[in-house]
Amino acid sequence: MKYILMMHCPRNAYEAFGAWAPQDIQAHLNFMKSLNKELAAAGELVSAEGLADPKQATIVRAGDDGAPVTDGVFPESKEFLAGYWIVDVENQQRAYAVAARASAAPGPGGKPFNLPIEVRQVMSGPPEEFA
Amino acid sequence: MPPALDAAAAHLLRELAPQVLGVVIRRFRDFTAAEDAVQEALVAAALQWPRDGVPENPRAWLIQVASRRMTDHQRREIARRRTETAAVEQVTYVTPSPEDTPDPEQDDTLVLLFMCCHPALTPSSAIALTLRAVGGLTTAEIARAFLVPEATMAQRVTRAKQSVKASGVPFRLPTTQDRAERLRTVLHVLYLIFNEGYTSSAGPGLLRCELSGEAIRLARALQRLLPEDAEVAGLLALMVLTDARREARTGPGGELIPLTKQDRTLWDRERISEGVALITAALSKGAVGPYQLQAAVAAVHDEAASVDDTDWPQILALYDLLRRMSPSPMVTLNQAVAAAMVHGPSKGLELLAALDADGRLAGHHRLYAVRAHLLEMAGDLPAAGEQYQLAAARTTSLPERNYLLTQAARVRDGSAGAAAMGLFPV
Repeated sequence: MKYILMMHCPRNAYEAFGAWAPQDIQAHLNFMKSLNKELAAAGELVSAEGLADPKQATIVRAGDDGAPVTDGVFPESKEFLAGYWIVDVENQQRAYAVAARASAAPGPGGKPFNLPIEVRQVMSGPPEEFA
Repeated sequence: MPPALDAAAAHLLRELAPQVLGVVIRRFRDFTAAEDAVQEALVAAALQWPRDGVPENPRAWLIQVASRRMTDHQRREIARRRTETAAVEQVTYVTPSPEDTPDPEQDDTLVLLFMCCHPALTPSSAIALTLRAVGGLTTAEIARAFLVPEATMAQRVTRAKQSVKASGVPFRLPTTQDRAERLRTVLHVLYLIFNEGYTSSAGPGLLRCELSGEAIRLARALQRLLPEDAEVAGLLALMVLTDARREARTGPGGELIPLTKQDRTLWDRERISEGVALITAALSKGAVGPYQLQAAVAAVHDEAASVDDTDWPQILALYDLLRRMSPSPMVTLNQAVAAAMVHGPSKGLELLAALDADGRLAGHHRLYAVRAHLLEMAGDLPAAGEQYQLAAARTTSLPERNYLLTQAARVRDGSAGAAAMGLFPV
């Protein structure tokens, strides 16, 4: 079963991240790299991507002529997607376990950062049969 | 791009794969490395045969190439161990014999199936390993069918092999006392492969289609090896009878068409005759099991000229038997549909109420979908619409979700014609 694990962060998270102590930044990045390696070695990783700073994000809508009309991100939004994993795992419990591992990535001072991770199943199942 | 193998050669490769693997494992006594070596030989054949032609003795060709890879592998292993430790471990080096003739008493396909469908493996690992080691599919092909990167599938195969190795299972048939239990796992894995493939929407669906074909091919091979086993025949019959409806099961846009609305002229008559013959012979052996009963239900559907001609009382009786033999909420759910067709929707809804109390299917989309159909049958359109919506929100299949949303919209419109009731999606 495939699940997407979406890591959310506050709007100013990217600047805040840059203000961490260098060894904390390094520890965080190392953790993420080794997590991805682990998932790949387990045969569970479908894809993983980190996203650029939400402040650089653009909202696009179609104008009357169908051409793109751009806007900044919603000022009222508090949570932004920082990155995601798509994993192919045996069951939901395993997806939750991976999400908890990712959420425990080290933050400032090496303490678990505990970012919220939204877990949702990907619509990739076959239609079931009466059995 | 290099020329591709023609269908006959590709089929030959897959037929030979488990035989070649068996020989190489016997020679070198290393399942993990032998499986890799045979996979390399298959890839080499796929590249060279279209260019140079299929060799005179393709089996010997594959054994030779795989054995050469094994010898290289063993040399590297010896060298690695020498550099790693002072104490050189003894590595068994087996000199390849000039020619291995297949032992008619011992078909390795069966041994390999038991090995790859080992109970120590998770279903997804067993599926991957079976498709590669027994089915002769490449990692890239399996990865494409399951829509995961090739590297991920390669790791899954590697880990599956490690589990098999760690379980210490010898390369021979399980003992008689284990055999029935282990055969059940084999049948379950083949059934899962079939189901994974039994959808033919556009794009990736087409690749998945091949999984059903592969499952049928493996089940056929198994049935040849165990012709007296009624459940093996039952599973093969179930697959063939279900697959016979493939063309009618989806519309041009990949949308699901329920059994009751399918164009039955699209059903594959040849497959139906084969499946009916298989299940008839199996049932006459007197060792009735769950796969045979499900195949019997499929046969009743397949033999009906129209929905109205369907022998629902017989289907209801078969599900009743199945429920007594191997009770599960899914069986009760099917029984509810059959009961509704025989005795009217309120009888079916009664059985669903029992499932609510049971709790194991709580929140399952299929429970909502069936209830929606039965409510619609009973004429309670608002409640049916609600249940269709609930089902749509819970399925993880895209074609199924689209079907359920369409049903919800249809009953909201009040255009629920008398014939709209669809036995979904069988």
